[in-house]
Amino acid sequence: MYSYSDFDEAFVRARVAQFTDQVERRLDGSLTEDEFRPLRLMNGLYLQLHAYMLRIAIPYGTVNPGQMRQLAMIADTWDKGYGHFTTRQNIQLNWPKLPDVPAILQALADVEMHAIQTSGNCVRNVTADHFAGAAADEIADPRPYAELLRQWSTDHPEFQFLPRKFKIAITGSPNDRAVTRAHDIGLRMVRDAAGEPGFEVMVGGGLGRTPMIGITVREFLPEADLLPYVEAVLSVYNTLGRRDNKYKARIKITVHETGAEEITRMVEERFAELRPAFGGADQALLDDIRAAFAPPAFRNAPVDGFDAFYKADPAFRAWADTNLAEHRNAQYAIVTISLKAHGATPGDATSDQMRLMADLAEKYGHSDLRISHEQNVILPHVHKSDLPAVHAALAQAGLGTANVGLLSDIIACPGMDYCSLATARSIPVAQELATHFEELKLEHEIGPLKIKISGCINACGHHHVGHIGILGLDRAGVENYQITLGGDGTETAVIGEKTGPGFAYDEIVPAIERILRAYLGLRLEASETFLQAYRRVGLEPFKAALYGSEGEKDAA
Amino acid sequence: MSRRFTPKVVTANRLREGDVVYLTADDRWSPLHHEAELIDDEAHAQMRLLHAAAQKLVVVGAYLADAKAGAQGPEPTHFREAFRTRGPSNYNHGKQADLAG
Ligand code: HEM
Ligand code: SF4
Repeated sequence: MYSYSDFDEAFVRARVAQFTDQVERRLDGSLTEDEFRPLRLMNGLYLQLHAYMLRIAIPYGTVNPGQMRQLAMIADTWDKGYGHFTTRQNIQLNWPKLPDVPAILQALADVEMHAIQTSGNCVRNVTADHFAGAAADEIADPRPYAELLRQWSTDHPEFQFLPRKFKIAITGSPNDRAVTRAHDIGLRMVRDAAGEPGFEVMVGGGLGRTPMIGITVREFLPEADLLPYVEAVLSVYNTLGRRDNKYKARIKITVHETGAEEITRMVEERFAELRPAFGGADQALLDDIRAAFAPPAFRNAPVDGFDAFYKADPAFRAWADTNLAEHRNAQYAIVTISLKAHGATPGDATSDQMRLMADLAEKYGHSDLRISHEQNVILPHVHKSDLPAVHAALAQAGLGTANVGLLSDIIACPGMDYCSLATARSIPVAQELATHFEELKLEHEIGPLKIKISGCINACGHHHVGHIGILGLDRAGVENYQITLGGDGTETAVIGEKTGPGFAYDEIVPAIERILRAYLGLRLEASETFLQAYRRVGLEPFKAALYGSEGEKDAA
Repeated sequence: MSRRFTPKVVTANRLREGDVVYLTADDRWSPLHHEAELIDDEAHAQMRLLHAAAQKLVVVGAYLADAKAGAQGPEPTHFREAFRTRGPSNYNHGKQADLAG
């Protein structure tokens, strides 16, 4: 994997030393909170409802076993023995104490990690497909491009004061697992008619209070044109973007107000100007970076052990059916470790679980681990003959839940159990949905389903792109949950539609049950998924199930 | 409708630990909501908030939260403040654990 250069190392160490000094000055009173707050936020330290929270970056969701063990050590030494993996491919510690934070950052720097949240209105950490470098449908590993974009955008003088923060997501597969259409720039790898790899470039996606799906400004961009093209998009945005109103400053609003055609024209025009200035140094750099992401030395061994076990053991079979994805090497599989045991907090792992995952990655997974935006951990490269052993070890540690892609594989933001911006809780809603449908034994019957929950309009839980989205609000001093249906975060992305009036905390689980019973009643056959059925019949049957016939009027 | 002043308590987080605390009438910071001073006068509330905000080495983010009188002392009126008296609902962490036993 990518290793720090001397420059990166010195930069991170200097930041730790600087922040250590700033914490000392805050504690002795030489810095006020107003002076200190922006400094701590730049280092990933937030003050939440009950305690501080430290957000640790995991670039492109890639960690090695040593880093995972260090996270476990940090959680044991300075926190409560667990960590929370988030939709932004990072890990959050919910209980650090301010005087301990410098030691934590020091321990992170020891394994080339940091909590620098590249804050401000610049290009943020680039996120990538969590199956990068492993997926069977992949054209190329997207992480070298993500790293190229990071190096190019870091300290780029023209783009330090953009109208607003700027997020880029990239996938190396035509099948989008990185929600690229909901980012400021989304890059999806495709091939042209001649079979050459390039990118579909999407601009102006975003969630939050004004959710929008990005528009395609270029169906096919040759690989070598990536940097000048992204620079052209940023340059047009930098000129047009609204600096007068924070809520209208993101590029999604610029695209909306300027119009798709005009934006595309302006980007292409700027690109034509910029292209000649890129002489190929970027391509040489890309080659160097690529070497750092070289695939592991895959093992060549028989897989009949897997086939026999699959036939013989129903628990293993159930897990293999849901939690494995196709690897580009037919002898291998991609393992998704579910951090969604029924009733557990989505995305949480104890320090013991982290150590076990690190051990398994080392023993069976070419020492590679990924964090997915769906709040699970991935072993991207496991030889099929090792899967029974991996499954047995996971099951013993409470990590063997066979539910990836099913109802209980829920994304939930921290909500009002931790977050100071929240308007309602989200975690207990996820817990109750999972345990309720587990008791009904309906989860497998219902099949593929993505439920996503946010505790406020900021949409950190991606609820707009959930097949069923749940948004927690504060309605006159009580928690109230608004439902959206039909959202999709993949290459066929759409924003879900609101069903109507929201539901109280104790009504939300029964409401979701009514929706799903309606689905089971109207689907054409067992293989028609919830999303497919929704696309066929629309909102009405579900509204009727939710509100009864007289409720439909209010809902409109 | 005449706008009556809704009673308040002063609350904040401890600077070092981050724990939720409440300002008492005798100028302590208590982890217990019911020990807070219940303030029903707007001018006095502003004075107490200034007093709290000046304690830069003890607390951070002091603000006035709505409250009402209860049998044991002030009680929160909004669910967000009720959660702050206990801790998260998914684990027995925070005050519900620290103050038990
Ligand atoms: C608890 C501390 C957190 C705070 C203060 C916070 C704050 C915010 C704010 C203010 C926005 C809106 C930005 C905008 O529209 O311009 C936002 C968006 C977002 N946050 Fe968070 N968030 C927190 C936790 C999380 C967590 C835990 C996750 C991952 C699970 C997350 C993932 C996201 C995502 C995916 C978006 C929407 C992306 C976009 O369209 O910009 N956040 N957050
Ligand atoms: S969606 Fe709202 S409640 Fe949830 S983490 Fe984001 S800011 Fe907090």
